[in-house]
Amino acid sequence: MRLWLVFKLLLHPIRFAQARIDAWVMARVKRQPGPIPVPRTRVYIVPTRFGYGYAFMGLVMLLGSMNYSNSMGFLLTFLLGALGLVCMHHTHGNLVNVQLRSGKTAPVFAGEVAHFEILVDNPAPAQRYSFSLAWPKETQPPVMADVPARGTATLRIALPAERRGWLPARVFSLSTEFPLGLFHAWTWAELDMACLVYPKPATAGRMPPSASGAIGQMPSNIAGQDEFAGLRNYHRGDPMKSVHWKSLPKSPGAPMVKQFTELLDQELWLEWDSLGDLDPESRLSQLTRWVLDMEDRQHAYGLRLPGIELKPGRGEIHQNDCLRELALYKPG
Amino acid sequence: MKAAIPSDYLNQTSLLRLIAVLALVLVVHLPSLPAWESALVAAGLGWRLLIALRQWKLPPPWLRTCLAVLSFAGIYASYGRIHGQLPGIALLMIMSVLKLLEMRSRRDVMVTVFLMYFILLTHFLNSQEIWTAGYLLLCASAITALLIDVNHPAEALPLRNILVSGSRMVAISLPITLLFFLLFPRIPGPLWGIPSDAGAALSGMSNEMAPGDISSLIMSNRQAFSVRFFDREPPPRERYWRGPVFDSFDGRAWKASSLSLRIQTPEAELLPPAVRYEIIVEPHRGPWLFALDVPDPTTRPDKSFIASEYQLMKGRDVITRELYVLTSHPNHVLQKELPESVRRVNLSLPRGFNPRTVALAQQLQAEHAAPEAVIRAALRMFRQQPFVYTLQPPPLGRNSVDDFLFETRRGFCEHYSSAFTFLMRAAGIPARVVTGYQGGERNELGDFFRVSDADAHAWSEVWLESKGWVRVDPTAAVAPNRIELGLSEAMQASGELPGFLQRGGWNWIRDNLTAQWDWMNTQWNRWVLAYGPEVQMDLMRRIGIQDWRSMVIVLTVTASLILGIIGLLLLRQFTPARNQEVAVRLWAQLQRRLLRAGIAQRPAEGAGSFAERVALETPELGSAVRRAAGIYQQLRYLEGATPALQKELAQVIKAIRT
Repeated sequence: MRLWLVFKLLLHPIRFAQARIDAWVMARVKRQPGPIPVPRTRVYIVPTRFGYGYAFMGLVMLLGSMNYSNSMGFLLTFLLGALGLVCMHHTHGNLVNVQLRSGKTAPVFAGEVAHFEILVDNPAPAQRYSFSLAWPKETQPPVMADVPARGTATLRIALPAERRGWLPARVFSLSTEFPLGLFHAWTWAELDMACLVYPKPATAGRMPPSASGAIGQMPSNIAGQDEFAGLRNYHRGDPMKSVHWKSLPKSPGAPMVKQFTELLDQELWLEWDSLGDLDPESRLSQLTRWVLDMEDRQHAYGLRLPGIELKPGRGEIHQNDCLRELALYKPG
Repeated sequence: MKAAIPSDYLNQTSLLRLIAVLALVLVVHLPSLPAWESALVAAGLGWRLLIALRQWKLPPPWLRTCLAVLSFAGIYASYGRIHGQLPGIALLMIMSVLKLLEMRSRRDVMVTVFLMYFILLTHFLNSQEIWTAGYLLLCASAITALLIDVNHPAEALPLRNILVSGSRMVAISLPITLLFFLLFPRIPGPLWGIPSDAGAALSGMSNEMAPGDISSLIMSNRQAFSVRFFDREPPPRERYWRGPVFDSFDGRAWKASSLSLRIQTPEAELLPPAVRYEIIVEPHRGPWLFALDVPDPTTRPDKSFIASEYQLMKGRDVITRELYVLTSHPNHVLQKELPESVRRVNLSLPRGFNPRTVALAQQLQAEHAAPEAVIRAALRMFRQQPFVYTLQPPPLGRNSVDDFLFETRRGFCEHYSSAFTFLMRAAGIPARVVTGYQGGERNELGDFFRVSDADAHAWSEVWLESKGWVRVDPTAAVAPNRIELGLSEAMQASGELPGFLQRGGWNWIRDNLTAQWDWMNTQWNRWVLAYGPEVQMDLMRRIGIQDWRSMVIVLTVTASLILGIIGLLLLRQFTPARNQEVAVRLWAQLQRRLLRAGIAQRPAEGAGSFAERVALETPELGSAVRRAAGIYQQLRYLEGATPALQKELAQVIKAIRT
């Protein structure tokens, strides 16, 4: 076992060192709400493969200079050596004393890709360059950004959302190889942020059953969005959707608003129990599809899950409430 | 379906910068390459430039392979081999240009940039003059700036930014560089042998002397070595710098016999005064070193020896500048006892050459009993008969000495020493030819002499009973000024001198500038180029470091210290200033400003009440001081105050005029 470790050390010294440091650090990374400061003690640094190549080149140059007793050769060789050491401090400094905060995260449907927004603050008076953000063992290219002096950079990092529910952000690394690419400095952090993942909508086709009674067709006086009932003057607070754009050029000062009367269907319930032929996840997928469809058609709808009931309604807030319940529902 | 050829890794701007820096690194090599390769390198750069500008496709792999194979073949055809220094550099340059045609990943780009550093190094194998130090810094800064740029893959950084950062990094690295240069243990090279074509193309003394050799050598103004005398400075007539000694004559050229190169120092009686001096010799590709006639064998540099004709030998060819310190004794008795084998060699003459000279020698021998008298008679002949000292002697036939002594009578030092030595041997006096330099030009700025190829000289040595080998310079009999005042004085009237040796007119300005330049060069040679194991150890002893072990310890400790300081300074740049500290500093600034107007904060007075008092007493300052006090208190006592307030406070205080 120990022999195997030695073998690995010889074969891939960089990967070996990095893996050991990572294992040590990962066990100690705490999930924090943020902001997470990155002090000196939390920045780790190893040479990159280019760093080793550079060192090898320096060695060859040193041997050459010795062989030819070439003073200028020595001078250049030592300059490159010193440059490498100075670069190490630059790379390290580039990462030290930043601060990580969580940004916005928009909900997604299962099967889509969630984007976590992570904010990198630079409180120092010097600009920082070429930060990359990645989940561990990620093969796709990392997200890169610069952080201006006393400013903030926003990095959006993608994570596939496979299942409904809360998708917590994982531990991620913030790293940099700037300025010369000879050293890789990185830190691990875990921000307490999560993305809400809605169930994957079922394929269209199945219509919601009109649960109780016929869909009422009598026009009412309640202002709704179902049936066009004429134009009126614009009042503050009217939704942009209802502005009658076609008439705007005729009376630029006074926009008109389309008026609708709502076709009331007080009893359109999207019900868990009506989908008895499906397994629980498929039921949630089907209900999600219906919520989206009804919202699309501007029908009012209610949602009934065992133990949960959302009164019929419409609009983005209502839809999000419904989807949230579907995302977080724990069957039986 | 054909796979799409991936395009460049770099963006266009960075790519153009990369091509520019590569051109900068390559351009100084172009003159020393074969014409076809210079053209190929230039064409490759141009092609790449067009690919970048016009968004052409990169050449397919088979085309690159073809180009690589053809270049290898071309280099083999031009140099006859692909190893060695010159073909190596040629290959390196071709490779860097071909690599430019294949830059699809970060790895390709990094390799190309590293290659540039390496090409920069090879330049110093050809030249290490002062200006190359500037070139080194320029190129190193440019390449580093480029490396910074390619490590910012998203987009090219502003040119000014990368140039400033690149040169700044190089400047920060300089202290450690110099420390390593001084203290890194130097070991005497070479490690694995040096290719025969190493170093720049050179002229200088050669290992034989034929008529015309030295007179063509003096047409060059190349520096042979520089000398610094420590205390006593010998007069010009004693400044004979002993070089290759020749004891074998084949009728045309003088050469060294196998006997003369044995490592067997003949005994010599060294008489006072002693002259101590330091020589920095330029590379000349011969195995000999130069020394003032004659050096003390105990002071010879490491790994050198004194051969059987009292010639200081290096043991290997001198291909780099070397510095050594010697003690010489102009008064000496050299080899009082002449071994029979040496006597035989130094009396031998080729059969059937120069019958008239042989007859003359026999006549002299018959007229004068003592060898000294024979020598005097021969010198008198040179002085009294119409011999001319000239740089343009007429050509000589098969019997070169006869032709010279009896027909042309026009010659340079090699003619005189050759004829004289021949004459002596024919008269039964052991004699040999010594080549080297005579004189040297004092530099008015420095305390050193510059000895150049224009000072090349040849003279004779004869062996006399109980006196040993005695120097006889027949040229001095013909042209005494040559010895006392140097070549340019001796030949001034003849109009034969090359331009750099002519005097008068505006030349004193040129002479002055030349002297300054020479002085700078000598300092450069002394402190940078000749800095090797001996000089290093000498310097270390002077500052109290006795062996290389303590040298390494001093190096490690000092380098770590400097690096630590650099690290701290860099870290400070990336550390936000703490609000409290900045607030206190700025507030003190405010206090100083107000004090000028006679307003002082009392010891027990807080910032707030002080501001109120100022507002009461000096209303025109009131609002500004109140505002400053407000920000000051926030910065100082409010946890989580934004750093932007620091700037605001500074501005408010700056605006207060008292």
